[in-house]
Amino acid sequence: MIEKVSIIVSKGSFEGIYPALIMANGARNEGIEANLFFTFFGMDAIHKDRHDHIKVATVGNPGLHLATWAGGLPGASSLMTKYMEKQVQKQDFPGIAEFVEMISDTGAGIYACLASVDLFGMERSDLIDELDDIITVGDFYDMAAGGQIIFT
Amino acid sequence: MLTKTLAGTTVEVNDEGFFVDADQWTEDMAPELAEEIGVPTPLTDQHWVVLKYMRSEYFEKGTGPTVRKLGKASGVTTKELFKLFPKGPAKQAALCAGIPKPRGCI
Repeated sequence: MIEKVSIIVSKGSFEGIYPALIMANGARNEGIEANLFFTFFGMDAIHKDRHDHIKVATVGNPGLHLATWAGGLPGASSLMTKYMEKQVQKQDFPGIAEFVEMISDTGAGIYACLASVDLFGMERSDLIDELDDIITVGDFYDMAAGGQIIFT
Repeated sequence: MLTKTLAGTTVEVNDEGFFVDADQWTEDMAPELAEEIGVPTPLTDQHWVVLKYMRSEYFEKGTGPTVRKLGKASGVTTKELFKLFPKGPAKQAALCAGIPKPRGCI
C-alpha cells in the first residue's frame, strides 16, 4: 500500500495541471498522504491572476486530432479550453482554482518552488492563500522521503 | 465470502471490509466499524449526518457518493469531512455505513 505521494506539477496547461490535481485529490480520498509541488509553468495553477485562465495547448498536442495549422489559429486554444471546461463541469469536476483549494482542505500540502518564484520574479502575495510554503528542492526531497514521487 | 460478527450479529463483508449486503447493517454496528478503521470515536452527530447521507444515496442511486459529492450535498465541508474520517471520507464513511465502496475519481 502506498502511504505518501509527492506530485510535481511543472506544466501550465489545462491538460498538464488537471491530472496532477486529480491524482493528489484521489490520494487523499484513499487516505494517502499527499503533497503538491508546483514548479516552472505549473506555478500558474497557484498564481492568483492566472489560475482562472489556464488554457488547453492546441499546438503540439496530437491527442486533439487537429491539423497543426488549425491549432495555431487565433482563438483555437480559447475555444478548445471552453469546450474542455464544459466537459469537466459535466463530470462535476471543480475548476482549477477551486480544485486546488479543495485539495488543500483535504489536508494535502501545497508548495511552490523557490527557484521558480525567483526565476519568474514572483512574490508570495502573487500566490494563493492556501499555499503552505515556498520551498527549495532539498526541502521537497526531505518532505517526499519514504513516499512516491510523481512528475507531471 | 468473509464474515464478521458485529453487535452480536454475523455479517458478510468483502476482502476490504465493506458490507456485501447493506441490509445486514444496523446502526449499533457503526461505532465498532469506526474504531476498527481509525475513525475518531465516539461518533458525533456530524458523523451520523454523513453516514445517513451515504446510505440514503446508496439506496437511491445504487452507489455511495464520492467525497466531492458528499461535501456538496451533506453540507459538511471537505475540511470537516477529513476531520471526521481522516483516512478518506467517502471510503471510511461507506465502510461504517455498511455500503459498498463508492467508485469515482473526485
